[in-house]
Amino acid sequence: MIEVSQIIPHIFLFAALYFQIFLLITFFESRETIRKQASHTNTCYPSVAVLVPCYNEEKTVARTVESLLALDYPKDRLSVVIIDDGSTDRTFETMRAFEQHPQVTLLQKENGGKHTALNLGISRTNIELIGCLDADSFVASDALTEIVKCFEDKTVMAVTPAVKVWNPRTVLEHIQKAEYNMGIFLRKMFGVMNAIQVTPGPFSLFRRKVFNELGGFKEAHNTEDMEIALRMQSKHYRIENAHTAHVYTVAPKTIPSLYKQRVRWVSGFLNNVVDYRFMLFNKEYGHLGALTLPFAIVSVLSAVYMAGFVVVHLVKYLLEKIVKLQTVGIEWSNIQFNWFFLNTQSLMILTFITLVVSLFIPFNGKKLSEGNMRPSRDILYFLLFYGFLAPLWLTKALYNLVFSKKSSWR
Amino acid sequence: MNFEGYRKYVFVLIITSVIFFTAFSISNYSNEKRIQNIQSIEDKIALDLLSSETQFNLLKELSCKTIDNSVLSQELNSIVEKLAYAEENLGTTDPEVIRLKKYYSVLEVKDYLLMQQVDQKCKRKSAFILYFYSNQGDCSDCKKEGYVLTDLREQYPDLRVYSFDYNLDFSIVKTLQVVFKLKNTLPAIIIGDETHYGFKSREKIEKLMPVLAKLKAEREKAQNTATSTATTTQKKK
Repeated sequence: MIEVSQIIPHIFLFAALYFQIFLLITFFESRETIRKQASHTNTCYPSVAVLVPCYNEEKTVARTVESLLALDYPKDRLSVVIIDDGSTDRTFETMRAFEQHPQVTLLQKENGGKHTALNLGISRTNIELIGCLDADSFVASDALTEIVKCFEDKTVMAVTPAVKVWNPRTVLEHIQKAEYNMGIFLRKMFGVMNAIQVTPGPFSLFRRKVFNELGGFKEAHNTEDMEIALRMQSKHYRIENAHTAHVYTVAPKTIPSLYKQRVRWVSGFLNNVVDYRFMLFNKEYGHLGALTLPFAIVSVLSAVYMAGFVVVHLVKYLLEKIVKLQTVGIEWSNIQFNWFFLNTQSLMILTFITLVVSLFIPFNGKKLSEGNMRPSRDILYFLLFYGFLAPLWLTKALYNLVFSKKSSWR
Repeated sequence: MNFEGYRKYVFVLIITSVIFFTAFSISNYSNEKRIQNIQSIEDKIALDLLSSETQFNLLKELSCKTIDNSVLSQELNSIVEKLAYAEENLGTTDPEVIRLKKYYSVLEVKDYLLMQQVDQKCKRKSAFILYFYSNQGDCSDCKKEGYVLTDLREQYPDLRVYSFDYNLDFSIVKTLQVVFKLKNTLPAIIIGDETHYGFKSREKIEKLMPVLAKLKAEREKAQNTATSTATTTQKKK
């Protein structure tokens, strides 16, 4: 029998295992479709305007714009609109280096938030496809070609790319690399299920129709890219994923900056879900309402609960060891394996199974991102350390939600 | 969502449920195996006790040396750890665990009585400790006392520690409480005829039981003799 204290972790484990098996089956069902999609060649090159909102991005904006101008795409079909959202550093001066470029338009406004910069850019262009690219991200030369081919399907209203970490060097960046690769896999699966819940800032493309009919970006708890995706889903606008369109983003280099970024993301996500709660468990919204949105909430709750569970048990164990050490000193007796003392509690067995099943996500993410499933240090670092890091920002984000605290951009 | 979509949800639910059922089955199976393992050790102890009692009854015609002093001590050591583990994992209220604890308590008392009789008959002094504990959260020092007694048992293999759950609803334990006039102040250890309440450190217990050092010296002497005999025999070859 399960003790009462173990019921909650069992429920969370059931949810996690259910979600993973669902993804696993979806993956096997859609492998052929994904392969065909990747090998499909682009036949048309529609006009595209890429908006680059900047706020104090003097160090990276030039490289971002250069990567856009180097895109393998007809020059007369691609325009770049750089919007300075009232930067207080030398961002605008850096932008002026592109002033004379025929494909580039520069805009400057008072600081009002990323969504206002994007909306200004949208209002200044009448091009059919509108892309957004954060000024700390760079695109691969074929990224746009890979994305626009998804728009051959007239029902597709937005396309998200495969976001990767730019030039990872430190352990923290490698952890994020594995995490982003997992994101590539998950977004692909969500795309197959028509359940994408975010159109990320680094290089998502939209049909103009989206903004004409649904309006522009909103402040949306500092996560306008999640809100627009949920707004689109609520109106049954299809969002597709182009996993072959690679975009690189500069990952936070320190734990505090990563923590701040993630608190903003998770807080924004939770608040947006609260705003769009009518979609939860609503069969009208398909897999998004029935599975991916509810599970995203459950995963936040379970990660926080499980981390607390582990910490409480770890502290209890360590305290016992300290008491033992103080009472009888260090034990030098030989450690011998005895099956009797092997932990075979259902919680332990199920945790082990869930962890093993979950490994298919980082490895398949690596396959989609890098073309191979070889074990790498990114995955190793991720498995070793992510479980200690993520609960920090998840807990804070939950706290923010419960006590209506606002997370900041920077 | 179409019918195919619903079917997938049900299919995944079945797979997840099967995995959960399998995990619970493995867990239950291994717990049953543990119970069986403890049961078999207890049966072995019971048989050993019966054997010792029979030996004791034959003592009139046999030498005291024939009484095997080491039959039970190792088994008692291993079973106490296993019982504690089973109690921790299956819960203190598990009927199987309670049954095994009661059986173990009977065996301990029988062993205790037999060893006392052997000591009287053979004019020797064995080292006994009767230890009363509680694991109902009302004895903060019981865990510490447990560490000390386990450590002592490892240091002095001839020491016999008979541990009893003070709260075990069992006539033998209640009788022991009456016999030793035990107060509900735990941990309580009985050394010789004296009852000591509260935590007692290793040093304190060693001081209360001078026989421990004597037994250790005797054991070391016997071991040294055995080693030197073996070496001499090897050289002769």
